[in-house]
Amino acid sequence: MDQFTINLLFVGASFALYIGIAIWARAGSTSEFYAAGRGVHPVTNGMATAADWMSAASFISMAGLIAFVGYDNSSFLMGWTGGYVLLALLLAPYLRKFGKFTVSEFIGDRFYSPTARLVAVICLIIASTTYVIGQMTGVGVAFGRFLEVDSTTGLLIGAVIVFAYAVFGGMKGVTYTQVAQYCVLILAYTIPAIFISLQLTGNPIPALGLFGDTSSGEPLLATLDGIVTDLGFAEYTAHNGDTFNMVLFTLSLMIGTAGLPHVIMRFFTVPKVADARWSAGWALVFIALLYLTAPAVGAMARLNITQQFWPEGVEGQAVSLEQIESDATYDWMQTWQQTGLLGWEDKNGDGRIQYYNDASDAMAERAAAEGWEGNELTNFNRDILVLANPEIANLPGWVIGLVAAGGLAAALSTAAGLLLAISSAVSHDLIKGQFNPNISEKGELMSARVAMAVAIAVATYLGLNPPGFAAQTVALAFGLAAASIFPVLMMGIFTKVNNKGAVAGMLAGLIVTLVYIFLHKGWFFISGTNSFTDADPLLGTIKSTSFGAVGAMINFAVAFTVSKMTAPIPQEISELVESVRVPRGAGAAQDH
Amino acid sequence: MADHTSSGEAYWKANLRIIIVSLIIWAICSFGFGILLRPMLSGITVGGTDLGFWFAQQGSILVFLALIFFYAFRMNKLDKEHGVDEE
Repeated sequence: MDQFTINLLFVGASFALYIGIAIWARAGSTSEFYAAGRGVHPVTNGMATAADWMSAASFISMAGLIAFVGYDNSSFLMGWTGGYVLLALLLAPYLRKFGKFTVSEFIGDRFYSPTARLVAVICLIIASTTYVIGQMTGVGVAFGRFLEVDSTTGLLIGAVIVFAYAVFGGMKGVTYTQVAQYCVLILAYTIPAIFISLQLTGNPIPALGLFGDTSSGEPLLATLDGIVTDLGFAEYTAHNGDTFNMVLFTLSLMIGTAGLPHVIMRFFTVPKVADARWSAGWALVFIALLYLTAPAVGAMARLNITQQFWPEGVEGQAVSLEQIESDATYDWMQTWQQTGLLGWEDKNGDGRIQYYNDASDAMAERAAAEGWEGNELTNFNRDILVLANPEIANLPGWVIGLVAAGGLAAALSTAAGLLLAISSAVSHDLIKGQFNPNISEKGELMSARVAMAVAIAVATYLGLNPPGFAAQTVALAFGLAAASIFPVLMMGIFTKVNNKGAVAGMLAGLIVTLVYIFLHKGWFFISGTNSFTDADPLLGTIKSTSFGAVGAMINFAVAFTVSKMTAPIPQEISELVESVRVPRGAGAAQDH
Repeated sequence: MADHTSSGEAYWKANLRIIIVSLIIWAICSFGFGILLRPMLSGITVGGTDLGFWFAQQGSILVFLALIFFYAFRMNKLDKEHGVDEE
């Protein structure tokens, strides 16, 4: 059986499983659709939350970004897990006590202002749409490889499937489908990592293998540091970038995690306030299984790739074109070349592909002596690393098929979930809530579909020319959520900031952050319209992906200042704030 | 309402204290040991690199887990002590 058939089989089987469970679960209860978590054990809810939350950015993209940068990209690991601490301590139990279904409802009620609710909805739509662009990038990579077409065609096919998947709808809300998705996703991520860890270090647990020794007795990370520095690249474990930017970036991802509506919503519907606290912990347990493995996947893949290009060691001869064409070890290069995401060129015509850092001064001497004319691995898209990893390590065909299924599960479930969130925000909160309260149910459903189609068209168009690799685009979405949503939620619980303060704070945080991102990534993410780049940012060393933390501080500062200058909150809102602070009296979550 | 009594106030103060201590640990283990204080920990080697690298890539995540479970456990106890738990 060839690889294409195996992939098809695995992807098909996993989809059949999800649909089967959805049909079986829906027959049981229709209210599941709305309150996915109610009556569900915190452990099950945690697993479903983990599947909901881990997207193409975590599964497909993150390890690749760590592999090619090393220590400095640890921000992704700390940022996307550290946010759960903020969520568990500062938001989840209180929002559960408040007892409504959506984030914008909380903001509208707590700040007794339809304007605050409208601004919150706009913030949510902007952050979620940015998030979907990142997902579409991942979808393009996964479908491109799996259907053996270029990534643009893969993206277009993927867009159609995501749309169908989201319209099919309720499936996403069914907790047990998400549990199945989590299982597929985590197996697909860890099984190849276990194989590779065994090959390289003999340790079956990748997280421990990362700090283990290779067969030569030298620690894996020391070997990797040696090899990459010999080729002129930055030392893997060293801190090479800017410390201030790294701190801000980590903080942005943490605050953003606690400000993204589709994660927060899961805690609205657990049975009790106490369960909201436990659920955040269980979600992080299941997320940590992937996040503790990811740095091992990154480091081991970097070592494998580098060694394949230098089969005689970095002091010897580079791999020859002839070997790439004839040796089965290099088959992955042929298949990935078709996607347009991997490319090489024999610039000096010596029949070998030299992979090194041609920008490094230290390499200039050796390059001159050996007649190299630049790095000949001309294109290695970071987003392919996790999907290509089992092929690079020559793992069996079924592992490759499993990884394809896992990558698609991660990208599709999150993309569909976000599209549902966007469409309900537009049809329910915007059109019905603000512009046309008398709209018929049919009209509401229609506008939801139209909103979904528009969102996916925008995301697909921008996904063709993405502002960065999948995880970087998603990081921008987290920055927007950090700057707009998290501060008002926190102030709504811990302070008595008033309606005008909240509206001014959200608008200031959102607009400043959005403008800063557009200045660096192009207006509305259209490439070529940017005035600055992240290599040389507008303010000091602050990259656009790190600006969310600054935006959040602006939000807090503006909200406090405006609130001080305007009328204090009314008595009944003050009592509402007091009551969300104690668990007693929490009823079931209410739809309005 | 329980929240207007002195017990309600004491409960909220105790909660804030637990949150602040937890967040200090949260910050020290991620921003501290993982990034800013890493040079100080460079003498402690872990599998071919130093302790700061381990904190940045794995240690901080384990600390986050411990913190969330500690908070859930501690708060559920505090709720009962102050009589504000859900019946």
